[in-house]
Amino acid sequence: MSDFAATREVVIPGELIDSNGLKPGEGTYADSGRVYAAQLGIVARRDGLVSVIPLGGRYIPRADDEVIGHVVDLGPSHWLLDINSPYPAPLHATESPWRVDFGDTARFMDIGDSAICRVLQVDETKRVQVTMQDPELHKIDGGQIVEVSPSKVPRVLGRGGSMIQLIKSYTKVQGFVGQNGRIWIDGNPEDVMIATRAIHLVEEHAQASGLTEAVNAFLKDAYGQGA
Amino acid sequence: MDDIEHIPKQIKLVDDNGRRLDGRRLDELRPIRIEAGVLKRPDGSAYIEWGGNRVLAAVYGPREAHPRHLQDPARALVQCRYNMAPFSVSDRKRPGPDRRSVEISKVVSEAFSAVVFTEQFPRTSVDVYIEVLQAEAGTRCAGITAASVALADAGIPMRDLIASCASGKIAGQVALDLNKEEDNFGDADCPTAIVARTGEIVLLQMDGHLTEDEFDRAMKLSMDAIRRINEMQRDALRRRYAVTAMDEALGGDAA
Repeated sequence: MSDFAATREVVIPGELIDSNGLKPGEGTYADSGRVYAAQLGIVARRDGLVSVIPLGGRYIPRADDEVIGHVVDLGPSHWLLDINSPYPAPLHATESPWRVDFGDTARFMDIGDSAICRVLQVDETKRVQVTMQDPELHKIDGGQIVEVSPSKVPRVLGRGGSMIQLIKSYTKVQGFVGQNGRIWIDGNPEDVMIATRAIHLVEEHAQASGLTEAVNAFLKDAYGQGA
Repeated sequence: MDDIEHIPKQIKLVDDNGRRLDGRRLDELRPIRIEAGVLKRPDGSAYIEWGGNRVLAAVYGPREAHPRHLQDPARALVQCRYNMAPFSVSDRKRPGPDRRSVEISKVVSEAFSAVVFTEQFPRTSVDVYIEVLQAEAGTRCAGITAASVALADAGIPMRDLIASCASGKIAGQVALDLNKEEDNFGDADCPTAIVARTGEIVLLQMDGHLTEDEFDRAMKLSMDAIRRINEMQRDALRRRYAVTAMDEALGGDAA
């Protein structure tokens, strides 16, 4: 355990994290053979690479991330989605699951609608393109969208998706966790409410030990009293 | 002007034991307290109490740069706004940007541009807000020190924290961290901001006159103080995130 803790220290930008020839990974930078933290986070050493896992910060899109976008603008052949990042993401009509005639985009999705989509590509100036060309990607009809900090998404998912599975199995809600920190949940209003509270519990106590047990107890309690 | 010129010379800024008006020695800092992550809405924030100064710093971003024509396709902008509250000084300060705060905003933006990895976020803007709630000389140094902690709290990638401190000359002697009386009636004030790890200077201003030798001594005082201030910044961030780290390590297995 102590060994585990030792590899998980919090680092502050500018802190020396390696001088033994490990390669600089994400959230770090190298200066004359030494590696320093570039971001506030937790150090991770893996495969000869030392990186910093950030404890905060904005969502920066990467190719193949699945995200939830809100339509903020329309063009004759594209939608402009807000994907909770500094960069707006255009969705071209040819990347949608529908056959869209020129100028007819509003018939399929209008401003204010949301969709689950995948980041198709991000170029070096961070110009983003998203796609909905996959059976599992779709427009969102009904349900609720909960927002959490993008850095907490791995916690909401849990190891191998265990945390979200736990929440889904109790509440029987349908849902999707976007990498950009947006979570869609749909089901009975009461169940959705409980699921939302469970997700906020995970976000607030993202660092707490025994989080899974705490969430389990919360869900058991919520349903024990309801029955 | 001539009729008040004699007043400063009557104030004894340093006594015979080498103590200053507030009891400090010439190389002593005022008490500093920094707290990270004090606000909920911005991405990062910090609060600093430095002697009688009370300064709040908040950071947003990286976010889409507005107005659009300011966007740089190669890097992020670092935009800073230094502002003094009307109640921060004894006479009410007329609200809004004035010549002084526009200048400070500009030099602080440039100081932070030097450490933030701006090339990682093209076309965006990192917005830094420095709000002076109570002023007592040295607000730009306090502001930079707090804003640097706020930037780290916001998870912005940067080379290092910047720490800042002023030194100057009072009653003919080089002194560190001038307070209000020393600033008003002293001979020179020289705020400095430094990248602690490399010693790189990112801000250097001077009001008044120093000889080359005095300047060197003042810089040495500032440099030493900045190292101590940098440690306080790191402590503030560690305090804020220590619990997170410990629980992360323990909870890693359980979750």
